Amino acid sequence: MTRPPDPGLDAEQGRILRLFIAAGAMPLDPPILQPAETLLDLYGEDIRGRAYTTRDPLGGEMMLRPDFTVPVVQGHIAAGSNPARYAYAGKVFRMQEAGIDRPSEFDQVGFEIFEAADPVAADAEVFALFAQVLAPLNLRAASGDIGVLTAAVRGLATSDARKAALGRHIWRPRRFRALLDRFGGKSPVPRERARLLKKCRDGVDVMAEAGPLVGLRQADEIAVRLAALQADAAEPAIPAAQVDLLDEILRLRDKAPSALNRLRDLAVDMPAIQGAVDRLAARLDALAARGVDVDAMDFEGSYGRTTMEYYDGFVFGFYAERRPDLPPVATGGRYDALTRALGGDAGVPAVGGVVRPALTLMLGGGG
Amino acid sequence: MTIRLGVPSKGRLMDKTFDWFARRGIALSRTGSDREYAGAVDGVPGVELVLLSAGEIPRELLAGRIHMGVTGSDLVREGLANWDGAVSELTGMGFGQADLIIAVPRGWVDVDTLDDLDAVAAAFRARHGQRLRIATKYHRLVRDFLKEHGVADYLLVDSQGATEGAVRNRTAEAIADITSTGETLRANHLKILSDGLIHQSQATLFKSRKARWSDGDRQTFARLMRQIEG
Repeated sequence: MTRPPDPGLDAEQGRILRLFIAAGAMPLDPPILQPAETLLDLYGEDIRGRAYTTRDPLGGEMMLRPDFTVPVVQGHIAAGSNPARYAYAGKVFRMQEAGIDRPSEFDQVGFEIFEAADPVAADAEVFALFAQVLAPLNLRAASGDIGVLTAAVRGLATSDARKAALGRHIWRPRRFRALLDRFGGKSPVPRERARLLKKCRDGVDVMAEAGPLVGLRQADEIAVRLAALQADAAEPAIPAAQVDLLDEILRLRDKAPSALNRLRDLAVDMPAIQGAVDRLAARLDALAARGVDVDAMDFEGSYGRTTMEYYDGFVFGFYAERRPDLPPVATGGRYDALTRALGGDAGVPAVGGVVRPALTLMLGGGG
Repeated sequence: MTIRLGVPSKGRLMDKTFDWFARRGIALSRTGSDREYAGAVDGVPGVELVLLSAGEIPRELLAGRIHMGVTGSDLVREGLANWDGAVSELTGMGFGQADLIIAVPRGWVDVDTLDDLDAVAAAFRARHGQRLRIATKYHRLVRDFLKEHGVADYLLVDSQGATEGAVRNRTAEAIADITSTGETLRANHLKILSDGLIHQSQATLFKSRKARWSDGDRQTFARLMRQIEG
């Protein structure tokens, strides 16, 4: 649908961008076209269901940016000095599923802090800035912390292999649940797996039995996994109490101070989460010191799990309660793992967020 | 008013489609020479036969250029995003059956399920520095299926033919392809994952939701369906 230019939207976008710049951010103007390979490598095939792909005869497959994250991170790694603050504004492009009535292209205005020294302070700075910019709209603030979940997984009384499997799937709730059920002894060992393990125990040369091996995956890789499967079979089930504790974290949904108290209780039974809980407490203090009403903030243990797989710490969103049909007006979080994936050792801890100016305008936010 | 019925233009699919309609009192025939793609329908007035390649029929149904069409259900689900909104399945026709499956080397004795495939994909990437590749031409179906089952860390590589050879040729580590007897898979030292059935395909009679249906067309359609359902 072709529309005339919307001066109101441009003005709103510019207004928010200027607020971010006033907060100390350097403006960036990253390209709309991104090499598909980087996004595919980072997000896997799922991205093909999300990002518009096109072909450049010389450059290969390109994608229209589904968000600004990759180009901003790459820009910082290439040219930035640490620490750094950036702001940007412009269109992002996302394929929507059938029947979903959301725009395929829309504007975002974003703010990012790249800094290693004090992550809790940076988390609080980003959130407080967004809260301030969005204050006139009386939005509901929701938050979470993927770091609490990952710490809880690491604290389970089970093998490193099982922890790694669970850790990989934190962002895929169904698969996470299925793995947890299996490792907790709630679902049975698949029949074929049981048959295979018995043959191994009986000393049958299962690989010779299978005939010629084709392809890149080598015999030694298979042998390594067979050994791992046998070790896993001997692994006792994760104690029910620990599974319950993990479930309680996932189901946690309360105002931030109460959620923190509950997590402190849980930390008594699972000391592995103490560090993450302390960080959460420090973050709430830092937010309160910046004038954020933390008593009104919602905290959800599961928050951030179903977005793109890269938030690995503090996560937040701002919602218009009177308009549940709308997407969140703003979202953000910490994504250290992503900067490491893109930059290796040069990856710098980063936290940031984006606002949708079309929504702030609709909800009456014109300065 | 004539409604346009699209039917595969050659091979066993065409022969079996003609037989299927014939057994229901509707005689389809090609008119003109073998090189012309025109046809005739006898048995229900107001139906025009259009002969097309099976691969084109999903697109023609989506565009509404044909009112009905016979083609593989796999081709419709792969070729049309939101296929259910573009066409409706009237009836499976009981031929052209093939299963779209995921197959891995038989030598992967440690892999039987999608769970195993996911675990192997993660380990493969760590070891080889690149994602495990699955060769297929059914990109949409495979991606949706693997997403639903929580398999990550893989990459799809396009294979428009002779997909079973991809693993031996080292252009992929696994494949997703249609199979009927499984013979070709066995001959290529591949095996099907026990939960790797993505779609059971067969020749299917489809109705286009996007074509223009006049009242006369709907009457013709009703008459045709009564004849088919006997």
